[in-house]
Amino acid sequence: MTNHWVDIKNADLILIMGGNAAEAHPCGFKWVTEAKAHRGAKLIVVDPRFTRSASVADVYAPLRAGTDIAFLGGVINYLLANDRINHEYVKNYTDFTFMVKDDFGFDDGLFTGYDAEKRSYAKTSWGYQIGPDGYVVTDPTLANPRCVYRMLKAHYARYTPEMVATICGTPKEDFLKICGMIAEAAAPDKAMTVMYALGWTQHSQGSQMIRTAAMVQLLLGNIGVAGGGMNALRGHSNIQGLTDLGLLSNLLPGYMTLPGDGEQDYQAYLGTRALKPLRPGQLSYWQNYGKFFVSTMKAWFGDAATAENNWCYHWLPKLDKGYDILQVFENMHQGTVNGYICQGFNPLASAPCKVKVAGALARLKYLVVIDPLATETSEFWQNHGEYNDVDPTAIQTEVFRLPSTCFAEEDGSLVNSGRWLQWHWKAADPPAEAKSDQAIMAGIFLTIRELYRKNGGAFPEPILNLTWKHRQPEEPSPEELAREFSGTALKDQTDPKDPAKVLLKAGQQLNGFAELKDDGSTACGCWIFSGCWSEKGNLMARRDNADPYGIGQTLNWAFAWPANRRILYNRASCTPDGKPFDPKRPLIAWNGAAGAWTGSDIPDYSAVSPPANGMGPFIMNPEGVARFFALDKMAEGPFPEHYEPFESPLAANPLHPNNGKARANPAARVFKGDWASFGSAEEFPQVCTTYRLTEHFHFWTKHAILDAILQPEQFVELGEDLARKKGIRAGDSVRVRSKRGFIVAVAVVTKRIRTLEIAGRKVHTVGVPIHWGFMGMAKNGYITNTLTPFVGDANTQTPEFKSFLVAIEKV
Amino acid sequence: MHINRRQFFKVCAATVSGSSLATLGFSPANALAEVREFKLTRATETRNTCPYCSVGCGLLIYSLGDNSKNAPAEIIHIEGDPDHPVNRGTLCPKGAGLLDFVHSPNRLNYPEYRAPGSKEWQRITWNEAFSRIAALMKEDRDAHFIAQNDKGQTVNRWISTGFLAASASSNETGYLTQKIARSLGMLAFDNQARV
Repeated sequence: MTNHWVDIKNADLILIMGGNAAEAHPCGFKWVTEAKAHRGAKLIVVDPRFTRSASVADVYAPLRAGTDIAFLGGVINYLLANDRINHEYVKNYTDFTFMVKDDFGFDDGLFTGYDAEKRSYAKTSWGYQIGPDGYVVTDPTLANPRCVYRMLKAHYARYTPEMVATICGTPKEDFLKICGMIAEAAAPDKAMTVMYALGWTQHSQGSQMIRTAAMVQLLLGNIGVAGGGMNALRGHSNIQGLTDLGLLSNLLPGYMTLPGDGEQDYQAYLGTRALKPLRPGQLSYWQNYGKFFVSTMKAWFGDAATAENNWCYHWLPKLDKGYDILQVFENMHQGTVNGYICQGFNPLASAPCKVKVAGALARLKYLVVIDPLATETSEFWQNHGEYNDVDPTAIQTEVFRLPSTCFAEEDGSLVNSGRWLQWHWKAADPPAEAKSDQAIMAGIFLTIRELYRKNGGAFPEPILNLTWKHRQPEEPSPEELAREFSGTALKDQTDPKDPAKVLLKAGQQLNGFAELKDDGSTACGCWIFSGCWSEKGNLMARRDNADPYGIGQTLNWAFAWPANRRILYNRASCTPDGKPFDPKRPLIAWNGAAGAWTGSDIPDYSAVSPPANGMGPFIMNPEGVARFFALDKMAEGPFPEHYEPFESPLAANPLHPNNGKARANPAARVFKGDWASFGSAEEFPQVCTTYRLTEHFHFWTKHAILDAILQPEQFVELGEDLARKKGIRAGDSVRVRSKRGFIVAVAVVTKRIRTLEIAGRKVHTVGVPIHWGFMGMAKNGYITNTLTPFVGDANTQTPEFKSFLVAIEKV
Repeated sequence: MHINRRQFFKVCAATVSGSSLATLGFSPANALAEVREFKLTRATETRNTCPYCSVGCGLLIYSLGDNSKNAPAEIIHIEGDPDHPVNRGTLCPKGAGLLDFVHSPNRLNYPEYRAPGSKEWQRITWNEAFSRIAALMKEDRDAHFIAQNDKGQTVNRWISTGFLAASASSNETGYLTQKIARSLGMLAFDNQARV
């Protein structure tokens, strides 16, 4: 979230799309209710299903699963065509005036540089025009057809209300009503918030759906303001924290990235990441990349990391490509992966195309499962009848199952969706011999380390030199680890203005990332968390819920990254001369007397840079402003374009009916063998989407008796038209088939899933909740991901769980 | 000294686990007015965070047993933390069932091993588990570690063993896991955010 849960109360308009907060995030959704009750806020819900969020909405509109870019592109077209945008904001805080390279273009669904063979783009033309001074060329008159504003307007002019209705199936009058409501939020004193979740990420073009919504928010001037923002409602309690800490194939802590094979030179590695400003007077905060990187390497490798060895740069693995979960299961399927460790992760249930995942696991030499609960993955080799019909004697994988603690049995911090690091405390010992995750990781690592110390082996240096300063080496404490990622001075830190003055002594905790150095004198395991455990103590454990400004910031409750800032980009809540756009909801403002930005929040900005300096609010971008034109940052193009899901009821993309290459995402990766696993609309005519119920959390809560009682048995949902057509009545047992397998479940026939009129024909949607499996206290069921396709978003590789094709029949 | 429940919690917030004050006879006046003591008044109250979705609701966990050698804490009740600025004491149907997650009969109790081709688990010790896992990992790493690619570039990666990290584990676990995985040269490394 750019903002946070409580801030939703400051919104005038709430758009829930690509998510269902009322059921998936009930206690956060309360703040929507608060905004409606006390601010008179309006709620819009756009979803293939009439969800519980929709049931309390002022306006609900249906759309076909996977068509959100078409809908939101239509909103952009409406706002630009009717000139309902925040002019002062877009002109000063976005790239509206920036000039795009002359050789960049877009032709019938494809951007310049497409290579159909590789399914990827050469992105050299996807850039700004750079002048002789090294800065981006701009056109403040916005008249030049190559400026971003004109190009944006031209790109989305095709997304007419009629086109939206054709692609999405959303009735034109519903769509226009929603556009009118959204346009109201362009007023400087009105704010719309956007709340989304896996309903956007789990598509082959999910990242671009989110970008399109962010572009709507920029047009309205709603990023950086109270009650606004782009608010990702993360799925799990610490998915935000694990992402922040970089536990993804290509990441290092704090959104630093691992080098690629070609990056053999350390300085060149830094150069492409520590970007110089692209406009005069801009902060371009990533210029400090070297300080973050060196401090992380000092935290990991201690004295072994020196200036001479480039802080152990070559000790880090380099990427020849991404090894996301789909790539790894593909490799496992091909037989090139021997071992796999699942720590609190149940991929047999969570990853797409169960038949492929199960087959891949069976090719492993060893599998280690670390979990508090008995998961399906840990028993992939066991015969569980129709739900897991395998022959154990034919599976040669060695499997280890290690019991870990659960939340109630440990100390530590979790990062919620609002970027708050909140500390929690242990209430009881774990059952029997269960150990903490730290102890389990330490047990495995220290045993490996001892083997390398005794026997040597491949490249032992990073293993032997990994810092391990724990009072109990076999059980590193949460306190020690938190202090390590927050950061420590390794040498005395002196005042730059007065070298005789020692600000921090060696060994003391740093106050924040502003104190990090690239000379090896500071260590910090995760720069964006820096300061969460300072000499003031554990700030994540703070419990003062006071809200002195009444705007919900509670700055002394826990710790928010970065630097306890609660609303990102909050400089953008003020006009260029430093006054709040909305004086009734000020976050920060320029305080001339103090010579600083002050207010209810910590400035996400240089706190002492006066408005006259012209520094932009988007300090992480070298331009200082937000981008409509995404440069080369996205796989499929600088402007989002609607493509069909890989499995779609339509034979062509209505925007590009004659270009087969532009039907589905042209830059999405599809493994060779998987093309044959996609079904056609002739064989599988129904659109299918998967989702969660409010009574269950993924595949865990079926192990808890209360939740198992609330939702004991697997079911699927279908609309009345389809039920009538197929002769299915509520309570019947039905089989839902995709090209990849089938599930059998009880049918729920509902008015909540409508039949849509798409490109002149009727399209039905089948809804499948995800929670069942062959372990737990609920009635056993089929793993929903038996049905889903093995293809992901072109940028993130997040699987397309939300839109694919099935057939349904009565058993 | 008369204080209400909310003030009481604020005072308690200064300590890690507030009810040690209650055992010193320092408790809200209205609690003392009860005819029969609630079981919770004898319980230890511990602040925690819901492990399910990302709202991060504050929890109060109540346990009996004073954690002395013969009286291990037993969690008897979990409810929403009324002081928490987001959930303000509420929990959803999932959070309301947390006690049944903690005490689920499907909690794992011992390290277990399933041999190739076997139809069952066998209980092993932690030492056996760590030794065998470490040996398998080292054997695979030593055999398949790629120090240089075919262009002669230094790449130092190990991609024949993969790791999926938990999305409900703490930052402290995540950080330690990240450190260990990268020191081994792992790239086939993801967390639940991917799906």
